[in-house]
Amino acid sequence: MVTHESGGAHHPPTGFIRKYIFSLDHKVIGIQYLLLALFSVFVGMFLSLLMRIHLAWPSAKLPFIEGGIMTSEQYLALMTMHGTIMVFMVLTTAPQSGFGNYFLPIQIGAADMAFPVINMLSFWTTFVSLAVILAAFFVTAGAPISGWTAYAPLSALGEIAGPGQGLGQTLWVIGLAIFCGATLMGALNFITTTIDLRTRGLSLMRMPLTVWAWFVTAILGLLAFGVLLAACILLLLDRVAGTSFFIPGGLVVSDKLVRHQGGSPLLWQHLFWFFGHPEVYIAILPGMGVASHVLSNFSRKPVFGYRAMVYALCGIGFLGFCVWGHHMFISGMSPYSAIAFSLLTMSIGVPSAIKTFNWLGTLWGGRIRFTTPMLFAIGFVSVFVTGGVSGLFLAQPSLDLQLHDTYFVVAHFHMIMGVASIFGIFTAMYYWFPKMYGRAMSEPLGKLHFWITFPGVYAIFMPMHFLGLVGHPRRYSDLTNFAFLAPLQKVHLFITIVAFITMAAQLIFLFNFLWSMKYGKKTEVNPWHATTLEWTVPSPPPHDNFAGDLPEVYRGPYEYAVPGAAEDYVPQHLAPEQVAKAR
Amino acid sequence: MPGTIIEEVEIIDSGRGDSPPPPAGGDDDGSSGGGAAAVPRRAYFTGISLGLGAILMFFMALTSSYIVRKGLGGDWQPVRLPAILWLNTLVLLASSATIEIARRRLADAAPEGFRRWWALTTGLGLVFLVGQVQAWRQLAAAGVFLASNAASSFFYLLTAAHGLHLLGGIAALLYVVFRAWSRSRITQGTAAELAAIYWHFMDGLWVFLFLLLHLGR
Repeated sequence: MVTHESGGAHHPPTGFIRKYIFSLDHKVIGIQYLLLALFSVFVGMFLSLLMRIHLAWPSAKLPFIEGGIMTSEQYLALMTMHGTIMVFMVLTTAPQSGFGNYFLPIQIGAADMAFPVINMLSFWTTFVSLAVILAAFFVTAGAPISGWTAYAPLSALGEIAGPGQGLGQTLWVIGLAIFCGATLMGALNFITTTIDLRTRGLSLMRMPLTVWAWFVTAILGLLAFGVLLAACILLLLDRVAGTSFFIPGGLVVSDKLVRHQGGSPLLWQHLFWFFGHPEVYIAILPGMGVASHVLSNFSRKPVFGYRAMVYALCGIGFLGFCVWGHHMFISGMSPYSAIAFSLLTMSIGVPSAIKTFNWLGTLWGGRIRFTTPMLFAIGFVSVFVTGGVSGLFLAQPSLDLQLHDTYFVVAHFHMIMGVASIFGIFTAMYYWFPKMYGRAMSEPLGKLHFWITFPGVYAIFMPMHFLGLVGHPRRYSDLTNFAFLAPLQKVHLFITIVAFITMAAQLIFLFNFLWSMKYGKKTEVNPWHATTLEWTVPSPPPHDNFAGDLPEVYRGPYEYAVPGAAEDYVPQHLAPEQVAKAR
Repeated sequence: MPGTIIEEVEIIDSGRGDSPPPPAGGDDDGSSGGGAAAVPRRAYFTGISLGLGAILMFFMALTSSYIVRKGLGGDWQPVRLPAILWLNTLVLLASSATIEIARRRLADAAPEGFRRWWALTTGLGLVFLVGQVQAWRQLAAAGVFLASNAASSFFYLLTAAHGLHLLGGIAALLYVVFRAWSRSRITQGTAAELAAIYWHFMDGLWVFLFLLLHLGR
């Protein structure tokens, strides 16, 4: 005989370990991811703090630094780990795996992800990956120094290439390979869930833009991380098995001739950036989804040009796979290739401009409520534009020749990939916190957090553009030995002081987050008067979200200010006759 | 044999609001079969397709690396492929045929026939892997190792990566037979279908890799 688990309520697990540790509940897994990202972001921020202090006061004695005064190699190790932890453990996990896990199933009216066991495995594999990468700090000679991009041959040669390039770099490669597995499992789950588990009536063009963003991001992840995994395996073989995929012949390092031959360092760059550029969009697309969602809610207007927003998301996702060469303009590639990559890169400006135009169109004429999530959503649009415009500079090979590997690049990607994504995370956190914990975060503290952070990030990263324009190379730990850089020391001092203040403001957020969990003001089911399905279930939602009674959807996700309706919003799940009653 | 007799009856679209209430005294304690609500059967086919897509991207990355690295010229010394690879290829192709026969037996509710052909498929898969290891031993005996040359590096890497994926396939074949499917979200028939899709893909992937190694020397 065959028994089925059919729909209907399914009961939550009772034991502590099943409930909180090896949980199969997408909401618990989402929170696990968010906590992992929260831990990682403070580790990453601490590393950047040490680097900033060193840049401002090169001879300062620092805690946690062997010998007290930071050497160039130690600086590079901190920088490598800062980039790696921030990109993989924060920007890839929090917006997608964290909030996506928690809210995608609820927003599409499903009881859970399609494959809960794979979902759990995905988180715990990520956890192992983080542990392996962090372990690089604690081995002899410490963390790797080759940057988050781990360019070969530096990353492929082993100890001979410098401290940290021995066991530290090996752990880094293994950790990253494990992370690839974790992300692939997550992506598979997200896509399947979106395709097959949408509730009745929820057609593709009725999905919230958050769901669209997570969906497109998952597709990018599925196609990109397999390539990174292949690259990591090749790199690992070069390091431990004596192969020569990336190591050229005749290389003399530390006065020793390397016994490899014929490999191509550029092959690593191609493989890495074929993954790496989509990875940038993996970090930013979920933020775009959340910003659209929140701007519409607090403008009390439908998203301007919903379909265009969807097509723009897909367009950015697709073009993201065609532009990896723009990271390699100075690698000696054919000028014809460079022109092709350049034109394709600049064409990403079109869907990006559509999105920005539509965000402004959504705000235009709206009855705007300046809540904390709204402030961060508007801030997202601002830093997205700032960071995006400098991308158009770098997309031109002739300009990139000058700007490559300068602080201009540092400023650009921190603005668009770091700050914009983080603003997306803040938007999501302030917006959905009432749903996740049944309590609201403090608005005054939230606004204080925003009004320090927003000017703060501009004060940190705008001057870096100018540092880059005057030719300040990135990754230099010490300016004092270079006459042309010495006058720029004051700029670094300014940036460091502002960074101190901005980082301190993040403690306000941390306090608000933890305090509000327990003492925040209790909220109703739908405090923002929003339309999508997550606001129809209790806060926090029960184990199976809809208690076995999956909703039906009758309309698009942004029905605000509907003419003739009694209230200024019509939720997706309300049957037409129920709406008529309200009139 | 309780728990292994198959009915090709499944709730295709449960979990969509209009499904019947859960069976009284259901065993859903959150620890079995994922412990979650039912998902439509097609989700498993979406899932396996996406998984294979990711695997394809992985092997395409290695393939393009192969082509690029070979194109650099200079030090590339082609590997003389051991003749046993032809035999291995035939074995794997045959296993694709036997797995289809097994699936038909299952659909015809002939569990004995299913088990026999399924076991034969598993056996052929193992023979293939043993044959691949034999090819490695022959190469090693001829003094061709992983680090000898870029061509040999790719040979070992591609065959090992494919072999590991096929080993996963063998694990899936065993899982289909030995798991108690009565408590699961899907039937044994569906599981067998999914395993077969994966198996055929690994078969086709090997043919592709073999052609690459053979013609792209």
